[in-house]
Amino acid sequence: MAITFTPAATRHSDRGGPAQPMLIVENLRKHFAIKADRIGQPGQTVKAVDGVSFAVAKGETLGIVGESGCGKSTLARLLMQLMGADDGSIVFDGDAVGEARGISVKELRRQMQMVFQDSYSSINPRLPIRDTISFAPIVHGMPKTQARALANQLLERVGLDPRQFGGRYPHQLSGGQRQRVNIARALALSPRLVVLDEAVSALDKSVEAQVLNLLSDLKDQLNLTYIFISHDLNVVQFIADRVLVMYLGRVMEVGPVEEIYKRPRHPYTRALLGSRLSMDPDERMATPPLSGDPPNPVNPPSGCRFRTRCPFAEDVCAGTLPSLADVGGGHQAACLMADPRSGHSRAGEFVEESLPC
Amino acid sequence: MTDSTLPLARIEIERSAAVERGYWRSVLGRLRHDPTTLVCLGLLALIVLAVVFAPLLAPHDPYATGISRRLKPIGTAGYPLGTDELGRCILSRILYGGRISLFMGTFPVAVAFVIGGALGIVAGFYGGRVNMAIMRVMDVFYAFPSVLLAVGVSGALGGGMVNGVVSLILIFIPPICRIAESSTTQVRNLDFVEAARASGAGAWPILRTHVLGNVLAPIMIYASGLVSVSIVIASGLSFLGLGVRPPEPDWGLMLSTLRPAIYVQPWVAAMPGVAIFIVSMCFNLVSDGLRSAMDVKM
Repeated sequence: MAITFTPAATRHSDRGGPAQPMLIVENLRKHFAIKADRIGQPGQTVKAVDGVSFAVAKGETLGIVGESGCGKSTLARLLMQLMGADDGSIVFDGDAVGEARGISVKELRRQMQMVFQDSYSSINPRLPIRDTISFAPIVHGMPKTQARALANQLLERVGLDPRQFGGRYPHQLSGGQRQRVNIARALALSPRLVVLDEAVSALDKSVEAQVLNLLSDLKDQLNLTYIFISHDLNVVQFIADRVLVMYLGRVMEVGPVEEIYKRPRHPYTRALLGSRLSMDPDERMATPPLSGDPPNPVNPPSGCRFRTRCPFAEDVCAGTLPSLADVGGGHQAACLMADPRSGHSRAGEFVEESLPC
Repeated sequence: MTDSTLPLARIEIERSAAVERGYWRSVLGRLRHDPTTLVCLGLLALIVLAVVFAPLLAPHDPYATGISRRLKPIGTAGYPLGTDELGRCILSRILYGGRISLFMGTFPVAVAFVIGGALGIVAGFYGGRVNMAIMRVMDVFYAFPSVLLAVGVSGALGGGMVNGVVSLILIFIPPICRIAESSTTQVRNLDFVEAARASGAGAWPILRTHVLGNVLAPIMIYASGLVSVSIVIASGLSFLGLGVRPPEPDWGLMLSTLRPAIYVQPWVAAMPGVAIFIVSMCFNLVSDGLRSAMDVKM
């Protein structure tokens, strides 16, 4: 072929060096105003993302887990600059996003791409998929014939024969094939960081495994960094290097995947892990580890967001907003029990609970 | 492909080649299997040809009056569709009148489609204050009954065909704009537009590649339905003396001048109405057929 597909790292220079995290998010905040029911009443806000901070190292996969409605997708859209944050900063490879001396939003979008959850609505139904993939390169100034050749290469790379599939419309593809198109589109600008928002959640289990393997292969071949958002703990355990647990717009716990899955320190993480399905008949659960829905994010509980559903909640939890405390091994938890000086009666003691892993 | 390719795989490849034929060829392919649309298209083409070649086809001068042959029935020798209250040949007048009526039906709608569609797409795509400004202005126009508005505008500008066309354009812009705005708003919130924004594209490439193709069809369907309305309102204007002036043949004008003859020769009096009915029906069915042929999701 006339043009070869260059790995991402060689196309966009690695500015910060290997030690500089790919992405640093500091205190990101997004509140949505909802209209008042009555005139004169002050409008309320939904605290979708409420002070989220984390970092993603180059070449790693950060898994973000949480129940639906916890702000995962809002976080993804904030990272992609598809909506403006109310507060907080994003630093991409050492360059602050959207600031005078930093990286422009347009340039950020070349280097950071997103795979959307709904493979139906995220592909234009009236465009052949080859045109969907070549759209972004053409917008960024690539000649049309070259962009089409690139789209063919990308289709090949995600396992779709370009001669057979290039001219097809989205409705002629299966869900797994559409998600492959979505991935190819995200790779068309040779990004360095890919945000995958529930990228495999809508797929059949067998197809999900194929797509996950494809994602792992692509990551190795193209030196990609992933932010993998999912509600499926098994999938995250498979693909992630580090895991971040979100609840009602806040980070509950973050750490390496084995740490989180073997020694969860936050009661919410434990409850999430406990609610996974088990194949072992001896592991029957009489009561669900988490009951009910999360509280309304319009009026989140004071102090710790999780205290209304937490089995260890005490009075002190209502008064203090726990911050992420280091618990060793690169593992941080936002729970008063993880902080020896918090005043919680079980503070500092390690709540051991046997977990099926 | 080598000869060792399995037959099944070859079928698959041929099928995908069929898919690659290109968008418009596939639309034509689907149209071929839609007899209703084909018949209506043919009928419209015939009518347009007949109207264009009216001087060759018309049996008589459309202005030639004759007191002795007033209100002859359909089938009279030499006057296949009868004569009107001044003894003029109805067939000749319908053929000549079609020139003005078809023009008054399609041209104002086409212009309003371009202006109203553009305004609506801009309003829907940008949302917020732009939407507010455009749509509230449209609401002001909407507040008047359309015929009244047309009469008002024509009256203010003075009679004549040009002013009639202007007033028709003005009354068709708001409804087309509203349809365009609502379908654009729907499309704008879909993930593929979001994905296009995430790729760093500006407003214009997104509009051209991702929005237009998905909103043009519903706007076109709606606008084609307005053709018959346009013919009728134009004739209403003529009736009030604000559009075409009497000796000139025009379907709407003929309908209104033949009104008193409805008790004497009801079929003759109905003929201009039949012409309007056939044309508007054909436009509706053709646009409906085109919509389903252009829908790749079929």
